Amino acid sequence: MQKDGDRSKVFTRRVVLLAGGKALLVTLLGARMYYLQVMEAEKYRTLAEENRINMRLIPPPRGRIVDRFGIPVAVNRQNFRALVVAERTRDLEQTLRTFAGLVPLTDYDHQRVLKESKRRRSFVPVTVRENLTWEQMAMVQVNAPDLPGVIIDEGLTRDYPYADLASHILGYVAAVSEDDMDGDDPLLQLPDFRIGKAGIEKVYDLPLRGKSGASQVEVNAVGRMIRELRREEGEPGHEVQLTIDMRLQDYASRRLGTDSAACVVMDVHTGEVLAMASMPAYDPNAFARGLSTKEWKALAGNPRAPLRNKALAGQYAPGSTFKMAVALAAMESGIVGPEQTFYCPGHLTLGNHRFHCWKRWGHGHLNMVGAIEQSCDVYFYEVARRIGIGRIADMARRLGLGADLDLELPGEASGLIPTKAWKSATLGQPWVQGETLVASIGQGYVLATPLQLAVMTARIANDGLAVRPTLCRQRVADGRLITEPTPSFDSVGVSKQAMAVVKHAMWRVVNGDRGTARGSAIDVDGQTMAGKTGTSQVRRISMRERETGVRKNEDLPWKFRDHALFVGFAPAEAPRYAVSVIVEHAGGGSRFAAPIAHDVMLETLRLDPSRRRTPDELAAIREAPPPTAAERRRRAEAKAAAAAALAEATAETAAEAAEGSPGQGGNGQ
Amino acid sequence: MIGDGLMTARLRRGEMTLGEKLWQVSWSLLLLIGALAGIGVAMLYSAANGNMDPWASRHIARFSVGLALLLVVAMVDIRQWMRYAYWLYALALVLLVAVEVRGTIGMGAQRWIDLGVFQLQPSELMKVTLVLALARFFHGADLADTGRPLYLILPTVLVLVPVALVLKQPDLGTALMMLAGAGVLFFVAGVRLWMFGLVVALGLAAIPVAWQVLHDYQKQRVLTFINPERDPLGAGYHILQSKIALGSGGLTGKGFLEGTQSHLNFLPEKQTDFIFVMLAEEFGMLAGMGLLLLYVLVLTYGLAIALRARNHFGRLVAIGVTFTFFLYVFINVAMVMGLIPVVGVPLPLVSYGGTAMMTLMLAFGLLMSVWVHRDVQIGRRGAYDDG
Repeated sequence: MQKDGDRSKVFTRRVVLLAGGKALLVTLLGARMYYLQVMEAEKYRTLAEENRINMRLIPPPRGRIVDRFGIPVAVNRQNFRALVVAERTRDLEQTLRTFAGLVPLTDYDHQRVLKESKRRRSFVPVTVRENLTWEQMAMVQVNAPDLPGVIIDEGLTRDYPYADLASHILGYVAAVSEDDMDGDDPLLQLPDFRIGKAGIEKVYDLPLRGKSGASQVEVNAVGRMIRELRREEGEPGHEVQLTIDMRLQDYASRRLGTDSAACVVMDVHTGEVLAMASMPAYDPNAFARGLSTKEWKALAGNPRAPLRNKALAGQYAPGSTFKMAVALAAMESGIVGPEQTFYCPGHLTLGNHRFHCWKRWGHGHLNMVGAIEQSCDVYFYEVARRIGIGRIADMARRLGLGADLDLELPGEASGLIPTKAWKSATLGQPWVQGETLVASIGQGYVLATPLQLAVMTARIANDGLAVRPTLCRQRVADGRLITEPTPSFDSVGVSKQAMAVVKHAMWRVVNGDRGTARGSAIDVDGQTMAGKTGTSQVRRISMRERETGVRKNEDLPWKFRDHALFVGFAPAEAPRYAVSVIVEHAGGGSRFAAPIAHDVMLETLRLDPSRRRTPDELAAIREAPPPTAAERRRRAEAKAAAAAALAEATAETAAEAAEGSPGQGGNGQ
Repeated sequence: MIGDGLMTARLRRGEMTLGEKLWQVSWSLLLLIGALAGIGVAMLYSAANGNMDPWASRHIARFSVGLALLLVVAMVDIRQWMRYAYWLYALALVLLVAVEVRGTIGMGAQRWIDLGVFQLQPSELMKVTLVLALARFFHGADLADTGRPLYLILPTVLVLVPVALVLKQPDLGTALMMLAGAGVLFFVAGVRLWMFGLVVALGLAAIPVAWQVLHDYQKQRVLTFINPERDPLGAGYHILQSKIALGSGGLTGKGFLEGTQSHLNFLPEKQTDFIFVMLAEEFGMLAGMGLLLLYVLVLTYGLAIALRARNHFGRLVAIGVTFTFFLYVFINVAMVMGLIPVVGVPLPLVSYGGTAMMTLMLAFGLLMSVWVHRDVQIGRRGAYDDG
């Protein structure tokens, strides 16, 4: 028993020791629990929320772009797309096959959907097809019971209803590229977000974009959304209003047609650009949708440069349209008066070089008005020789040439007005007088854009106010739009008398007996047009060629033909609109550019976009916008179908007639 | 209290009717056990997002069967348990070898034998029978015996053979639990402390060797335990999510059925090994502490039974069983709190799972048997020796 007693003592002692050890360990557990659940609770609560809550961005609808009367030119179109959730289908393959029976589905798409749904978690929707028509969408909805797992999703895509008719102004939106990711806007991270890449869409991208909304959703460990916790609505993008009159833009673009050409119409008092067409153009809808490499190559490789806004970025020798600047410089200098005459024998010899007039046998004696009316080159050689390149360049600059005009579009070219300083600085050569003569007829180094020529014309037409062109009266400030009032313009500092002489001469160009554009005269209720033609050579005519006879423009390859130009304003009696037209490699300005300007100006006078409208009139304009590209296509198809039906019907009647009266068949009519 | 002395005498000789034995059952301990199982039911109901199926209802059924098993085991005379201790140990060992053989034939680790109604996991059975066998062995040993190293060879073999088999399965957690449980029996049996020191030293020396033997996934678990951020999406994910769930539960929790970590499936194995986390997330630290308190109460009961029992076999069994129970609780809770590596040990009576439930109810049955037969005296050499 003694031994037993010892054993019991040891047992009890050790059990108590053991109990103490256990108590210690349980205390450790309790302490750890306190540490985690009380001391570190805040940290883990945050982590749990981060686990649980996902922020999902709600992209705001992009702001519309409308014309000066509110006709929408860039809008958001509802885009129906079909998605499939793999886990809700009984058999994904079967569902896709049924779907393909209703809506055409390419083999490629079929395989892509299968591949994507294998890669992603089964509850993540995979896009089956985008851009479903309303009918296709309805078809899918009606057949929903046979299409388990297929859901229709509505999204917004940018839509340009006038397709290529205003593409260079509007620009386009496209997917966000690496380079655009610099901004901290979380919207840029969204996979199908589009931002402005060119034109107004780019310049006004921030206000058009709007502010993103956010939706807080609870997700489980594999990322499946359980429910929405909170929703914060975003701010839709602002609407941008252009100074463009879409009806005029529509007309001008289509009037240019298939030519490689540009046309600008602007208000001579406010500088508002009413139309700025550049053809050929591109369809911005294709960019919003995403361009294939092939389509891109076709656009970029086209020699007529559909991607380039020729009205703004195209630089051309202005040719004879430059002569007004020389005439004004001459009168302002006081060296050559408007009545002073020069004799034109068809050429002028300077040193051992002979400068030709476009008219081989000469114009005879001419004063300033006559010289502009008939566009005599020799007269201007004489004037230029007397006043020098400095005065000419100064006047050209005052008229808006040779420098950026800061239009609200990217890619503006500044043209070039050469001076002696410019030549020695850039070419390192001294100026020679012959270059002054060449410059006086808008050739040589002189370059101008169609927009600059329109501005020059406007500044002449408004008696010397330095209007600046604008496409939009709204200015971006801190991502918002501020509407600015029409600015008041400084004077270019040319006397009214001198302007009156030039304006009269320009009137004679269109309306005079010997005017170079007399075929393009306008008379709308006593309102006439004044203007000036221009033909600019793109190559030098050699002496030998002159002897053998200058080759006709039409015989030359396209890229060596002359550019045809025309600038004008109307009504000549109280000028309001200025127009400039250039047709690349077409030939003479009077033959190829003036008629276009004539038509466009007639339409401008008819629409009279600068006149103030009452709200009722505005509503009427908005209700009758020019047909969109889609409507035109539909109409053309309907017309073709009707014509085909008519032809068929006629053929049938003829056949019937032939059958009904075989005897008369041979007699004819 | 007439006949009290007579009654005591009869108790000492172990001559009790079934009714008397039932009267002796500690119903308060059963109530505690029932409370723990009840908490398990509530948490399993929550784990199924407010459904009795698939876990809560089966938990109830298993507990009911387990309760019956407990009472049956408790009614069996403690001397019978002692008599058959080695046989039961041998049976468990045979089963252990059987799964080992079948596991070799089949693919991968197989730890259980499918008996149709429930799956028998021999390693779980071994936890209990090892306690019985060691208690049987040390029952007759006095301090002089346990002081002799040679005397300890047999019990050491009794321990190491099943441990080796379980390690080979491989089930590190169970092997360590067996080692710890056996060690405690050696300890309370009076084995000299320097021997423990020696074993610990040898064990530390063996760590580099053991590292080579460990399976890759076991190495991963240890490495991940040491630095959970090492692999936040892989193995460390469980520990991290578990800690997030605990921490975000705070003092009072997120509310019943409101635990985001558990209900959104960030928490792994929420119905089994990580159920404690779910409780602590939904009801906070107070509930976690409360549950720990319940476990401490059960442990106290076990300790009291061990101290109160008059036969050495019963005392040893009570200590062994109680300590095994403690190991379950400690390993599980310490694991989910990131104190020790992730080992697959369930929270006793609360976690879903049939095998652990059966083992525990069997163990509590033995504990209860010790309690019911606390006054039975057993001689050194045998069950019917009056000593």
